[in-house]
Amino acid sequence: MAVLARTRRRVRSGRPWPESWVAAAFVAPAALVIVLIVLIPLGRALWMSVFDIRLTRPGVEPFVGLGNYLEQLTSGDFWAATWRALYFTVVSTTLELGFGMGLALLMDQPLRWRWLLRTLVILPWALPLLTQTGLLHSYEPFLSDSDLAMWMVIVADVWKLTPLVAILLLAGLQSIDREVVEVARVDGAGPWQVFRHILLPLLTPVILILLVLRTMEAFKVFDLIWIMTHGGPANSTQTIAIYAYQTAYQGFDFGRGAALGYLIALVIMVLAAVYLRLLGRTGQTM
Amino acid sequence: MRVLLYAGMVVALLVILAPFAWLIISSVAAPVDLLERPLKWIPAHITFDRFAELTFGGGGDENAEGFRAALVNSTIIAGAVTALSLVVGTPAAYAFARLRFPGRGWLILAFMATYMLPPIALILPLYQIMGALNLLDTRLALIVIYASFVTPFVIWIMRGYISSISSDLDDAARVDGASRLGVLWRVIIPISIPGLLSTALLAFLMAWDEFLYALIMTQTPAAKTLPVAINDFIGRHGLDFGLLATGGVIAALPPVVIAFVFQRYIVAGLASGGVKG
Repeated sequence: MAVLARTRRRVRSGRPWPESWVAAAFVAPAALVIVLIVLIPLGRALWMSVFDIRLTRPGVEPFVGLGNYLEQLTSGDFWAATWRALYFTVVSTTLELGFGMGLALLMDQPLRWRWLLRTLVILPWALPLLTQTGLLHSYEPFLSDSDLAMWMVIVADVWKLTPLVAILLLAGLQSIDREVVEVARVDGAGPWQVFRHILLPLLTPVILILLVLRTMEAFKVFDLIWIMTHGGPANSTQTIAIYAYQTAYQGFDFGRGAALGYLIALVIMVLAAVYLRLLGRTGQTM
Repeated sequence: MRVLLYAGMVVALLVILAPFAWLIISSVAAPVDLLERPLKWIPAHITFDRFAELTFGGGGDENAEGFRAALVNSTIIAGAVTALSLVVGTPAAYAFARLRFPGRGWLILAFMATYMLPPIALILPLYQIMGALNLLDTRLALIVIYASFVTPFVIWIMRGYISSISSDLDDAARVDGASRLGVLWRVIIPISIPGLLSTALLAFLMAWDEFLYALIMTQTPAAKTLPVAINDFIGRHGLDFGLLATGGVIAALPPVVIAFVFQRYIVAGLASGGVKG
């Protein structure tokens, strides 16, 4: 209450601003950062994507319209990289949600030493990516095998992100009214039935959100793969973001690179729209 | 059943901790032991030479000097990004949580959308713009770029947090004549310290760990961050796995200590932003 008293003494002068002015003033600094660092570059990228810009050929930048886009959409390399990104996304997201659910349920059990698990679980997520993938460098032989390389990057991703999924699912579990579970138990429901018919339906909103968020993140994966394999061996881990990077910075082809960036952003935005819809449907505001 | 649960817990702990153990062992194992196949868990010889090299090694030791410069750069950049994003993001989060104004709905969407944009779509123009502004290879470039995706994250988490605070407190202060800014500064921020703390930690971790922008935007020890500096270990003299592990241990220390000490706040922060949103 002392806080309130102080506030009262301080602020007496003048009429308050209309609410929307206050809001504008509060949002403006953040909006400025976004406009300068995101919207302007985004517009510039759109501009770049309709020209044929090669750093190896300075000064000559012919307008090609949608040429860069059409070229990508008809290119085998593009679809191969998209397919790899989808494969990575589906497998890693599925494993993360599966293991994450198991881990969340485990952390929710009244076990001794549970606090230890709850405390340590966040560590993989906090460990810098480079360090973690450095670990896998000791498995160089695996990483030079095309089939295994994709699985190794998936394992690394799952190890790092399952804890995050588990923590969010645990938060969801803890918001469930325990009496419902107790009543079901008294009525003779086994653990599987409780999970299948009570917990799972109640967790559906959280699961959907995680599903979409993880899908978006996984589809644009770059750091993890670049550090571990540079997209190799023999392009076996070249996902779409790696392909875009290599086109732009190793092929010195900024026009095509910008078009690829837009194509990736387009897919992500479609997923984002799905995400926002899901949130809307589950009755939440953001 | 209980036995199974405990077994599950042990397995989970092993899976979580084994890579950490591996990393630490590799960082102190003598080079001879690292070459052995299969790798042994317990190295025959233990050496702290690499820690000494990275922390004190000087006089033309490229690895050590680059690494220490990167440690300084990463600390400054992550610290500045955290401060900037919180200062800019918290008032916006408050506005989104409490105020009614035209365009509110789509503005929230716009912020969320920028958070989700893939960096690869922005990096080419940003590279050119930073080049035109003579900001390539500077800390400032990375600070503003990181702020552009950390700020929406701050807004997202803090908006959820502020929404969960009863608006009765706001109303009481308002009735007493406090301005919105007064309410934010004297009522909301003091109550939100735990939420702000967790958001700050998450923001710091995001900036500390970023790789793609740092890889493109920095070329010299003037601005290279830890992920890039450690990545250089891989390229420079072939792969010195021991040195990589040592750099990794040092780089991992701040985030891991932060996560460990403030684990409760971080989990609560993630939960309030991610689930209740």
